[in-house]
Amino acid sequence: MFEQLSHLTLQHYWWAIISLLAALLVFLLFVQGGQSLIYEMSKTKTERTMIINSLGRKWEFTFTTLVTFGGAFFASFPLFYSTSFGGAYWAWMALLFCFILQAVSYEFRSKPKNFLGKKTFDVFLFANGVLGPVLIGVVVGTFFNGAEFSVSNMNASQWQNSAKGLEAVLNINNVALGLAVFFLARILALLYFMNAIENDILFARSKKNLLYNTVPFLVFFLFFVIKLILKDGYAYNPETLVVSMEPFKYLHNLIQMPIVLILFLVGVLAVLWGIISSLIKDNTQGIWWTGGGTISVVFALLLIAGYNNTCYYPSNFDLQSSLNIVNSSSSKYTLATMGYVSLAVPFVVAYIWYAWKEINKKKITESEMTEGSEGHIY
Amino acid sequence: MNDIVDLSLIDWSRGQFALTALYHWLFVPLTLGITFILAIMETIYYKTGDPEWKKITRFWMKVFGINFAIGVATGIILEFQFGTNWSYYSWFVGDIFGAPLAIEGIMAFFMESTFIAVMFFGWDKVSKRFHLVSTWLTAIGANLSALWILVANAWMQNPVGMRFNPDTARNEMINFWNVFLSPMAINKFLHTISSGFVVAGIFIIGVSAWFLLKKREVPFAKKSILVAAIFGFLSSLFLVTTGDGSARLVALKQPMKLAAMEGLYQGKNGVGLVAFGIFSPTKTDPANEKLNDFLFKIEIPNALSYMIHTDVKAFVPGVKDLIHGNEKEGILSAADKISRGKMAIETLRNYKSAISEGRKEEALQMRQKFISKDFQDNYFQYFGYGFIKNSNELIPGIPLVFYSFHIMVILGSWFLIFFILSIYFIVNDEITKQRLFLKIAIITIPLVYLAQMAGWTVAEVGRQPWVVQDLLPTVAAVTNINAGSVMVTFWLFALIFTLLLIAEVKIMTTQIKIGPKDGGH
Ligand code: HDD
Ligand code: HEM
Ligand code: HEM
Repeated sequence: MFEQLSHLTLQHYWWAIISLLAALLVFLLFVQGGQSLIYEMSKTKTERTMIINSLGRKWEFTFTTLVTFGGAFFASFPLFYSTSFGGAYWAWMALLFCFILQAVSYEFRSKPKNFLGKKTFDVFLFANGVLGPVLIGVVVGTFFNGAEFSVSNMNASQWQNSAKGLEAVLNINNVALGLAVFFLARILALLYFMNAIENDILFARSKKNLLYNTVPFLVFFLFFVIKLILKDGYAYNPETLVVSMEPFKYLHNLIQMPIVLILFLVGVLAVLWGIISSLIKDNTQGIWWTGGGTISVVFALLLIAGYNNTCYYPSNFDLQSSLNIVNSSSSKYTLATMGYVSLAVPFVVAYIWYAWKEINKKKITESEMTEGSEGHIY
Repeated sequence: MNDIVDLSLIDWSRGQFALTALYHWLFVPLTLGITFILAIMETIYYKTGDPEWKKITRFWMKVFGINFAIGVATGIILEFQFGTNWSYYSWFVGDIFGAPLAIEGIMAFFMESTFIAVMFFGWDKVSKRFHLVSTWLTAIGANLSALWILVANAWMQNPVGMRFNPDTARNEMINFWNVFLSPMAINKFLHTISSGFVVAGIFIIGVSAWFLLKKREVPFAKKSILVAAIFGFLSSLFLVTTGDGSARLVALKQPMKLAAMEGLYQGKNGVGLVAFGIFSPTKTDPANEKLNDFLFKIEIPNALSYMIHTDVKAFVPGVKDLIHGNEKEGILSAADKISRGKMAIETLRNYKSAISEGRKEEALQMRQKFISKDFQDNYFQYFGYGFIKNSNELIPGIPLVFYSFHIMVILGSWFLIFFILSIYFIVNDEITKQRLFLKIAIITIPLVYLAQMAGWTVAEVGRQPWVVQDLLPTVAAVTNINAGSVMVTFWLFALIFTLLLIAEVKIMTTQIKIGPKDGGH
């Protein structure tokens, strides 16, 4: 069935899958958001244990989504993989290092004789919690704001800025997105705590922090979105693939693809409703509203980055080197073959959902974290 | 495709890949095997309801958890390193190589990480049956991750199922099944996972032996040894068989690697199998600094010819045949392959410039020529040779490959005997008296890790200078950044992984000392 689709349709299909994975990843960054809050949120040791354990049962999902996002991007748009990873070397390395630290910290932190000490592992978690979302946001910012590279006629790419990716943090629009993602991750984490932990003190503290994080989130997010809508975009001619600048490109994309616009607006409303309902009604289900809304908004943003003849990875060094879903993709055969693999995704999501529900049936309580429990405690 | 690359950049990039891969490989094999042993143990618990088996399962599960975390930490960097450090490679093969990596994420890693969560946190939350299913699914998921990455690796050793597209300047997949089911891929997968099973068997026996030597936890240790020994014995039979299969495939597809593994310089009819040998520092051939004399070697006459071709008289080429060519056996010389490779690259470049300069007619002709069967078979096949400056670059580091191969094989034979002895002692209930054997069991743990490292060294060092056999050498694959940056990340990885390794070993030994009684916290 996938063989019958045109190469162009498959390219669109795979861009949608990549966008969806990215959207899920941003939602799952609540784990990182939570890690950035462990010090603010906990006054006692048990409180910290409860917080870390509530996150520790979920970190693998975020991590695996990141890994799958990388693999799927490699398979479907390999020219992006070779251009961005090899070029923005330091930005990606920084991101990878902070994820390496995270992967061991949960398992090792409370084990006796762990060499580096519990404090060090908690600092690792905190570092990953701050750097992870900020860097991911900054890097995704370059999808709109561009990067400096060239691609030769043999499709060999070369980075043209000696800061090797670190220059991305000098662009205020990228940074705004990074900070928006960071505060959003914290908001999601607070909503998650309200949902998964049964403890009045932590509930009240989460609620208070929620307000403090919502304000900066809105500031950075609005800054980014307004700049985006007003900005010139990198359009290409679908026949000749020649790239040119188009004023208000992203605004046009939203208007020309009304479904995406709806996804975006509904998403924003859901994000806000999750926060507001938690603040005024002590709702414990806010995570699902804000989480669902996050997925919808990020999905829409990435669709306007790559659809409607837009270059999703613009080059500021050489306009014509810019990458779009047509010139950077895998062959038709590979995309079609992998199409069959993508059919497994709903099945994967279903069993993750089921396992998540089974484990969260009982909320985390103080007594579970102490004596007499059968569980695996970090 | 880089024309001029700083040599130290290649060395640092290779060093970084080797370092991170070897660290990853310190943890992966135990995961591959122990998850199945856990599933077997928990099945016994499920069937018998005996709480002793639950205690056993939970103890080894704890050990597994510690190993798993660091396996994941070291894995993420490998995946992204293809992009960060082997940028041109990522484009050249991404159309084929990316697919297994993506499938691995979607199918295997999610399975593993979801059910691991149930396995660790679900004891008192989900039904006994769902828990057991989760443990089995974790094992299957772990081994599926191995499957996909090994399919990708096998493809690099033996590229099949693809065609080069001159318009995009890369290889494109034309047959997924040829990639997925190539004999190299199947064999590599089976050999590698069974090597992981052997690691887990030896690890569990070794740790249990320590308890027996300390006269602690005797029933626990005996039960663990019983399961591990039977599992390990079956796996090591399989390991040796698939190892033999690997060697045959190497002989067929990568003759230079085989020549290095056996230290075979001059090919002939009826070649013997070298059981062991030691190199001397002197050179056999003053013109070639890569070929050393043997101080001594023990050889089984005609055995190699027989093993590869089931014919004691069959011809097996040596390093010199592969470099200088051998007309009688129809082997092209390296110089000839290099000039054909240069011709292929030249044609591609001309085609590209004809296109950019708008010489349509000419471009069309060149394209026709490029994709013609004659050109593909006689020129493009040697594409990678066009990047080689000196034919000696085509010879891998022979002593390292040779020693690694022989160490692996000798240890493989020892492990088989070791498992037979373990089964014998445990079945006759004399294991607690065999104190020497128990000590040997502990020493065998580092040996099995050594065999693992040796195996990958054979596979990866033996195929130098190729990243993709005959098509892409390391020089052309590397990301063109300054060597200094890679050097910095190399040392950062070395530092961080070493710190984490120390932490892991300390935590692991502490948990083992605490033993199964107390849950370990
Ligand atoms: C999917 C592909 C793949 C897989 C599964 C592995 N490698 Fe590899 N390896 C490569 C792909 C590769 C590579 C990217 O192709 C390298 C980098 C440079 C090169 O020549 O090959 C390489 C180089 C390389 C080198 C350096 C060889 C040299 O420069 O002489 C070593 C020692 C290893 N690898 C070891 C390993 C180990 C221990 C692995 C087990 C986890 C492993 N490789 C898995
Ligand atoms: C260069 C090649 C490799 C890459 C890119 C790679 C990548 C990864 C990544 C990203 C992870 C973490 C996954 C997670 O989020 O759970 C991982 C873990 C794992 N990998 Fe690899 N890997 C490579 C080589 C191998 C090989 C050769 C095998 C087995 C034969 C293997 C088996 C595993 C297993 C079993 C895990 C689970 C965690 C553990 O180590 O205990 N990997 N790998
Ligand atoms: C009689 C025993 C054995 C034989 C004949 C054998 C043979 C081989 C050969 C020929 C290769 C290279 C395959 C290639 O380059 O594609 C290989 C690779 C390897 N071996 Fe073995 N081996 C044996 C025992 C062992 C043992 C005991 C271990 C570890 C416990 C082991 C682990 C590995 C690993 C991890 C690799 C790399 C993966 C691969 O390329 O398949 N082998 N083996």
